Amino acid sequence: MSSPTQIKSDSTLQEVQTFLEDYGQRTLLRFTTVGSVDDGKSTLIGRLLHDSKSIFEDQIATLKGESKQNLSDEQIDFSLLTDGLKAEREQGITIDVAYRYFSTPKRNFIIADTPGHEQYTRNMATGASTANLAIILIDARHGVIEQTQRHSFIASLLGIPRLLICVNKMDLVNYSEDVFDNIREQYTNFATKLGIVDLKFIPISALKGDNVVEQSENMTWYHGEPVMEYLEDVYIGSDRNLVDFRFPVQSVIRPDHTFRGFAGQLASGRIRVGEEVMVLPSMRRSKIKEIHQFDKTIEQAFASQSVTITLEDEVDISRGDMLVRPRNVPHSENHFESMIVWMSEVPMDPSKTYVIKQTSRQTKANVLDVRYQVDVNSLSRNKVDHLNLNEIGRVAFRTNLPLFFDPYKLNRMTGSFIMIDPLSNNTVAAGMIIDRVPTERLREESDVALKNRNIHRHEGSVTQVEREAKLNQKGVTLWFTGLSGSGKSTIAGALERRLFDLDKNVYRLDGDNVRAGLCGDLGFSRYDRKENIRRVAEVASLFNSQGTIILASLISPYQEERDSAKEIVGEERFVEVYVKAPLETCEQRDPKGLYKKARAGEIQNFTGVSDAYEEPTDARIVLDTEKLSVDECVDQLLDLIDELS
Amino acid sequence: MDTKELTLTHLDALEAESIHIFREVAAEFERPVLLYSVGKDSSVLVRLAQKAFAPGKIPFPLLHVDTGYKFQEMIEFRDRFTADIGADLIVHRNEEAIANNANPTDLGTQKCCGLLKTEALLQGLSKGNYDAAIGGARRDEEKSRAKERFYSFRDSFGQWDPKNQRPELWNIYNSGINEGESIRVFPLSNWTELDVWLYIYREEIPISNLYFAQEREVVRWNNQLIVKGDVMLNAAELETEPVVSRFRTLGCYPCTGAVLSNATTVPEIIQEMMVVRSSERTTRVIDHDSEGSMEKKKREGYF
Repeated sequence: MSSPTQIKSDSTLQEVQTFLEDYGQRTLLRFTTVGSVDDGKSTLIGRLLHDSKSIFEDQIATLKGESKQNLSDEQIDFSLLTDGLKAEREQGITIDVAYRYFSTPKRNFIIADTPGHEQYTRNMATGASTANLAIILIDARHGVIEQTQRHSFIASLLGIPRLLICVNKMDLVNYSEDVFDNIREQYTNFATKLGIVDLKFIPISALKGDNVVEQSENMTWYHGEPVMEYLEDVYIGSDRNLVDFRFPVQSVIRPDHTFRGFAGQLASGRIRVGEEVMVLPSMRRSKIKEIHQFDKTIEQAFASQSVTITLEDEVDISRGDMLVRPRNVPHSENHFESMIVWMSEVPMDPSKTYVIKQTSRQTKANVLDVRYQVDVNSLSRNKVDHLNLNEIGRVAFRTNLPLFFDPYKLNRMTGSFIMIDPLSNNTVAAGMIIDRVPTERLREESDVALKNRNIHRHEGSVTQVEREAKLNQKGVTLWFTGLSGSGKSTIAGALERRLFDLDKNVYRLDGDNVRAGLCGDLGFSRYDRKENIRRVAEVASLFNSQGTIILASLISPYQEERDSAKEIVGEERFVEVYVKAPLETCEQRDPKGLYKKARAGEIQNFTGVSDAYEEPTDARIVLDTEKLSVDECVDQLLDLIDELS
Repeated sequence: MDTKELTLTHLDALEAESIHIFREVAAEFERPVLLYSVGKDSSVLVRLAQKAFAPGKIPFPLLHVDTGYKFQEMIEFRDRFTADIGADLIVHRNEEAIANNANPTDLGTQKCCGLLKTEALLQGLSKGNYDAAIGGARRDEEKSRAKERFYSFRDSFGQWDPKNQRPELWNIYNSGINEGESIRVFPLSNWTELDVWLYIYREEIPISNLYFAQEREVVRWNNQLIVKGDVMLNAAELETEPVVSRFRTLGCYPCTGAVLSNATTVPEIIQEMMVVRSSERTTRVIDHDSEGSMEKKKREGYF
């Protein structure tokens, strides 16, 4: 076997090493090019490749041969370079995404060359999904046409951070500055509506080479840089999310009992050895022990590196789980709203169960509702009940397993997913998550979903007003939140007694008690905790609707959870009561001995010790149990209930 | 925050992408196989697989389709290399065609390739019942490959339908297949020839001696420098001459041309790359058979 890295002559070594160092410093820019059939897109790419010397002599020879054959033109037809497949060349149009590679001393480039004509929205979306930048070609003779608008909309939908608008064929409009200015104004007006801010306009002639690589001498009125220079210099460092650590686990590497590593590619953010992480969905915590990269370990890993992570503790983790920071977690939901590009000839069937793949997670999914379809030409919204090939729309989903996601606009890697038809296995749609479904909306949706399952809510003839009049009280829910040991249950218990003695219908829902029955199947993962809250809130709502006063005491440490309870119960019946006591006091009280256990590490995710408590910011009433007696608290609450009735 | 420090270099970005794909394949398919051709791209592919699963072993076998016309040095290198890294090597040959003396001189290169490579590959894949075959093809090699996906769906006959490819977005790959269907996986899709060489240099990856220049007895045939071998029926009539040369790609010796070169080390090869003006597949006789020939082969199942 040879030893290939042995260097023979010093000069070669030096040259190559300089080159390697230089190459090593280079960044990678991925861009996509879109334009209508005759906008000269392929010609532009061909020229970029040719002028950056990325085309080999034999390829040029082939091209010359082909040009003569097809066009009897002396000049090289650059478009033949990129229109790869024979069938496409015969039709004269590019019908699929083609990838090209070229480099300059400043940067390396990957071009996703995508077709511009109407039928192939899906290909453009494909090319756009990984792009830092899109080049949009506009024929100077035609200006901004419908297709331009469509392409721009898709570019913004797929979250391409910046657009380069090349006004091409300037040679055919006498290199007119007015024509260029008009198009720029026209386009800017349109793009503002889409919320695209990073726009760059360059007047070019791809055929003649004006402002492609060299500054054009025909357009001295243009003072900006040519296309190549812009591509080389444009700043893309802000494209990656380096803040929110998200590590979707692809697989567990376990060669023997001494090593247990979690393999994956950082979707975003960064992490260091020794830092605390939390596992979704189990919410177990541990610290980063080592970060492996083949035969070496590194101190820090950052977005888009593929690494293998080991943890300090033995934690049960499998493919599809996600490592995050305990104080920076993604949404963990089984429902969400998203924009969808439908990519299959078979139209969407909203009654069908599809498969969704997002990060390393795969789950069954149902369409809750098609909110609307976007007319990509007029940007108007149409009410539809399904989507067809190349249609784009907003769709709400419910998934079988919860997904760990961020909104696509904040995180392209955790906000994106594909939909797969479980029968044909085809990729039928690409999705960009907007957010979770608002709880109120979710209830409506559930109604629709229930109807689809032939369950109809029965509206009786007795109204809530009648029920409340009969009881001479208003059905409200007092939601007691606070640390364990802050006095929630004590106060709720005393209040229940007083109300009962005042002849009121009252019932207490205690966190611990419901865990024994109603929520006995739930654990303490973030998802389970949410479900716990949801159930208690739903029960409270039922009691309220028949007039009963509910006293619910649950730690409910997150504002998001309390807000969702408020949404379920209804804002006018929901009273957030913050039972406040400092952690030290609660820990001293420790009525159930839980703090002790949590400190000893026997209980995971214990609020105040190993999990956060988000103090309510707008509680209806704050009860400071260090200062107030139980009776004083109860008095204040009775006053409040009177006020509400 | 210094984002420059947190930016992957071009080569590291390619590496991370390829490793991600390897891990997806291993996790989602039941019987993956790595198609090992002994060439430099295969060497890189194997190194990436090692990296993806370290400190564990590569969790699938390496399959080499041997046409019987491979350079002896390739076979020796193959056996040594795979033994060194402890890989599980499987060799498949279309014995029937070899027994019938299939050769490029009698059959023409197209038919010969069809039998000894395409057919043999399909045999090898079906014999192992593999549902994912990982190959080292790059998009920059040839025009039709520019449109290839990372995950390329093949029907139950192993055929590719360029007009009906699954859309592939972000880094989310669809591994769904039905019985008998399979996926060809190309983790090196975004690599260029130069990237491959730089990586070999940086990682000190072993490659066959055929890539390095030395004096070789060659025949000038069809504008190519073909190393003399006894299978060429008319070999005796052709005059050979000693030429200092090397190979840019490795294939079957009757159909793989050498190039004039003095490069005896990887840096010298890279240096040559920096000024080379001819794309690498020109030394493959098969690509010139007819226009669009690679596309045709791929539709039939050629890698």
